Amino acid sequence: MTEPLVDLRGLHVEFPGVKALQAVDLRLFPGEVHALMGENGAGKSTLIKALTGVHALNAGEIHLDGAPVSFAGPAQAQAAGISTVYQEINLCPNLSVAENILLGREPRRFGAIDGRAMRARAAELLSRMGLTIDPGSALGNHPIATRQLVAIARAVAVEARVLILDEPTSSLDAGEVAELFRIVRVLRDEGVAILFVTHFLEQVFAISDRVTVLRNGKVVGEHVTSELSRIALVSEMLGRELGVLAEVERRAERRTADPAPLLRAEGLGRAGAIAPFDLELHAGEVVGLAGLLGSGRSELARLLFGADRADTGRVLLDGRPLRLRSPRAAIARGIAFSSEDRRAEGLVADLTVRDNMILAMQAARGWTRQVPRRTADELVARYLARLDIRPANPDAVVGTLSGGNQQKVLLARWLITRPRLLILDEPTRGIDVGAKAQIQRVVTDLAADGMAVLFVSAELEEVVRVCDRIVVLRDRHKVAELSGSDIGVDEVMELIASGSHRVEVSS
Amino acid sequence: MTSRRLLWPALVLVALLLLNLVITPSFFALRLQDGHLFGSLVDILRNGAPTLLIALGMTLVIATRGIDLSVGAVAAIAGAVACTHIADGGGAVTGMALALGVCAVLGLWNGFLVSVAGIQPIIATLVLMIAGRGIAMLLTEGQIVTVDDGLYRKVGAGFVVLPIAILISLAVLAAVALVTRRTALGMLIESVGVNPEASRLAGVRSRTIIWTVYVFVALCAGVAGLMISSNVSAADANNAGLWIELDAILAVVIGGTSLAGGRYSLTGTLLGALIIQTLTTTVYTIGVPPEVTLVFKAVVVIVVCLLQAPRLAPVPRRRTVEEVAVR
Amino acid sequence: MTALAPPRVPSRFLPVIATFVVFVLTFGAGSVRYEGFASGQVVANLFIDNAFLIVLAVGMTFVILTGGIDLSVGAVVALSTMIAAATLRAGWPAWLAVLAVLATGAALGLGMGLMVHVLRVQPFIATLAGMFLARGLCFVISVESVSIKDPAFRAIATGTVPLGEVTITYSVLIAVAVVAVAAYVLHLTRFGRTVYAVGGSETSATLMGLPAARVKVGVYVVSGFCSALAGLLFSFYMLSGYSLHAVGMELDAIAAVVVGGTLLAGGVGYVVGSVVGVLVLGTVQTIISFEGTLSSWWTKIVIGVLLLAFIALQRLMVHRQRSTPVSGS
Repeated sequence: MTEPLVDLRGLHVEFPGVKALQAVDLRLFPGEVHALMGENGAGKSTLIKALTGVHALNAGEIHLDGAPVSFAGPAQAQAAGISTVYQEINLCPNLSVAENILLGREPRRFGAIDGRAMRARAAELLSRMGLTIDPGSALGNHPIATRQLVAIARAVAVEARVLILDEPTSSLDAGEVAELFRIVRVLRDEGVAILFVTHFLEQVFAISDRVTVLRNGKVVGEHVTSELSRIALVSEMLGRELGVLAEVERRAERRTADPAPLLRAEGLGRAGAIAPFDLELHAGEVVGLAGLLGSGRSELARLLFGADRADTGRVLLDGRPLRLRSPRAAIARGIAFSSEDRRAEGLVADLTVRDNMILAMQAARGWTRQVPRRTADELVARYLARLDIRPANPDAVVGTLSGGNQQKVLLARWLITRPRLLILDEPTRGIDVGAKAQIQRVVTDLAADGMAVLFVSAELEEVVRVCDRIVVLRDRHKVAELSGSDIGVDEVMELIASGSHRVEVSS
Repeated sequence: MTSRRLLWPALVLVALLLLNLVITPSFFALRLQDGHLFGSLVDILRNGAPTLLIALGMTLVIATRGIDLSVGAVAAIAGAVACTHIADGGGAVTGMALALGVCAVLGLWNGFLVSVAGIQPIIATLVLMIAGRGIAMLLTEGQIVTVDDGLYRKVGAGFVVLPIAILISLAVLAAVALVTRRTALGMLIESVGVNPEASRLAGVRSRTIIWTVYVFVALCAGVAGLMISSNVSAADANNAGLWIELDAILAVVIGGTSLAGGRYSLTGTLLGALIIQTLTTTVYTIGVPPEVTLVFKAVVVIVVCLLQAPRLAPVPRRRTVEEVAVR
Repeated sequence: MTALAPPRVPSRFLPVIATFVVFVLTFGAGSVRYEGFASGQVVANLFIDNAFLIVLAVGMTFVILTGGIDLSVGAVVALSTMIAAATLRAGWPAWLAVLAVLATGAALGLGMGLMVHVLRVQPFIATLAGMFLARGLCFVISVESVSIKDPAFRAIATGTVPLGEVTITYSVLIAVAVVAVAAYVLHLTRFGRTVYAVGGSETSATLMGLPAARVKVGVYVVSGFCSALAGLLFSFYMLSGYSLHAVGMELDAIAAVVVGGTLLAGGVGYVVGSVVGVLVLGTVQTIISFEGTLSSWWTKIVIGVLLLAFIALQRLMVHRQRSTPVSGS
């Protein structure tokens, strides 16, 4: 084995109240694709940003070619040969492909940009990657996948020795991914060290030579991919040792689900988000959605609420077809949905706790019929107490609350509307343990009182503990549905990790 | 939070008033004559009434992340409709009702462009800003239409102890304050302005909300237009309400409501409108030619913007590191 | 994965072509309807009467391409006429007066640009302040109209250049030169391409290592400079300085730019489009003056309608472009 091109030693990065990276080591070798795996919040993007100088290090060293370096920003990193392609493509859609690749180091003639030379140079770079894209065409006319490839072309146009690809495949289809991989291999064979961030297992095994797994800001393993099994990788990501699972207390026993389904989805799907699936949800049960990030778990939940529109299939509520044209339609029929993205899609940060809690109920009533102040105060006080929200001050601005309490406010917003079906997308992500346990308890209590709950979570233990039935998703397909009191974390994990697309398991 | 935001505008207003007091010791003097109240303060309120009125509507529009540039043109149209109707032998009441009806339609039009067609508000309302003056001139056939109607004259120039224009503006202020508090309108407007996507997912009918505020601001502009035209008993399509949209937007911004939408303050807007009008009066009293007011206005805008500037966008990285170091 | 190589015209030229078609149609309508409309001199007069507006629209194009807006241009035109008239009256040589005007315009633009970029004031408010300031300064100089009597200045203003059968003024030559320089800068320099990049996506432009900050300030300097130059052309045209010159001209400039196919959201558009936009507005005005019975307010209404039509066209195009790729939620 040659010397590593990039060697990160003992990186520590802290943000107020959060240790984002702790003692992280990472080595990138020339001519090797190195996959970086981890769930949301594991520290993948922090690591990239620390490497490229966006975040300052609290401790640790970065060595490039054996010499210690420190970058003040991505520009410096790039000058040193470390290029990054981000998930959200940072190019200008209104400019031409050639300009997007070369702007900033464009060829000139007599001081003016030499358009012809620029297009020729861009065409040369593209063809080196085996691409035939018209360099003169506007970038915005190309699909996302092509833009992603153009972004890579820009990254390697500066003789990059290290190429960081941050979740480049999250919005690509299989053919586009294959094209991307072909190019990655071309670059690898030219001796570029590639750091490939992804959450798709298939892709890790398809492209990478080496894998580093992060969890909660720490490295939990570095492996040669060919010597690693899927199941071992999944268990590392999710933090469970196979076979030594502690028995989890199950809370499902007390409940009896209504035999007739409350909601039935038949062949519901949306291109690029989730393949058509069938699903039944009953009153009085908690159904879990398990799968890795990007498996389609959030997309499925959004379809059931009408947050996104389905292209195929239909939804039946109480056996009658239901048209989910908008969230309003869903809310009117007793469906509630709390998004995984608390800040962008949940909270109205500048408003008070009271306003946030009452928002959905008020929206349903329309602006003319204000929820009477006394009713609002009663409801708010009841849920502040029931969910143990702190500070228990209805007039506090919700943006100032901690994550756990913000999540509880959102939960309260929907409970106030007395929904029949409650869809919770990662309600416990990034919140403290106490709040997490409280939310889990509330969820099981709600089901015991006869509500149908769809519970999406990245944490398998949590899903297994809280849910009566578990739907497993992988690569945007529903692959299995497990029920019965003996579902184990191992079983779910194996389903998530297994290679083929469809496995029907029921017990 | 709200009170802090209002601190600077309030201080500026007080400073302006005190400056006036120093220059003209009788500045705060009020006198009652024939049952009418007179004095510099009354003048400020009266001259500022149309701007205040429009600024109130503009506050709600801006809170939804919008803006309405067409209010000046709408004001001109309102005056033109009413005056031509009265000049053709119609009654003052029907004339004004007709004018407000037309304004409501214009508001619907703006609301349609913004909420249904999804056009950026600044562009959507630019259309009516430009075409509206033409429409007003079309109505008056390019003439200044003068009317002689006692009832119509009262709206802008009448008195019930105080000038009626002031009473109307304050009544609308009170009504808006009441309606936005007593119904859920205020909260839903802020919710749409702060986080449109979260509001959509919570089931807020943002289209209706946006439509409502554009109709409301158009009606405010209509009433303001009637005041302006009634004050001179004439409709001047060219000059009525000229640049009033800028003053109104300025009043809202000075009052601490961000053009980025979200939390708004009606009190702030009131302060803003008063600052603008007091400034004009002050310039007058210190003996500078009134045209130069614009320079002072520019200075006030710049100063207020400086005071409210989000502290020069801190470099996030450095701050994080410092905070960590403190811990 | 291969890109479609469309033999047809790229869609980004569509609005400009549409503008040109509208121009040809309106001009054609005028020619059919009025005797003597379709003469070279009428076309030349379009340029002569609108030279200042062309220069103004060029500056505005820069600003709008970055996604900003400049409300101050009309006021800066007025201020420029005022400074020119006042300095000439005070006996300054013409070249010094011109220099003073241009420097003032650029300085005002710089101030507004810094407000927008450094203080993060919305362009609308920053340039509104600039508008008030410039208009107010006019009144500080003089409330009355000041006529220009400087012989050198008048010579340039009234001088004509024969061009085949028609004659044009020096203003037209200056305007054409400005358009040429602007087109060069926008398309062949890094500054110009960065203007487009910032309009397409400011964060991307910054991350691509382009001088986004300098460009964001720079476009207001360009616009301020163009406004000052337009002010000079306007004072050639009027031969006076007056505080109430060019009231509302910023709206004409914005309308010309939008009708010329530039996206108000930024990133898409051409100076040539803005020029054609000015010509469309000019033709509408000419037709209305030829008509005689048709009153001037129809100009405003027609401009409003044209504006609406082009906004609708842009809206449709953006919509179509956005509906092609599906991005992950």
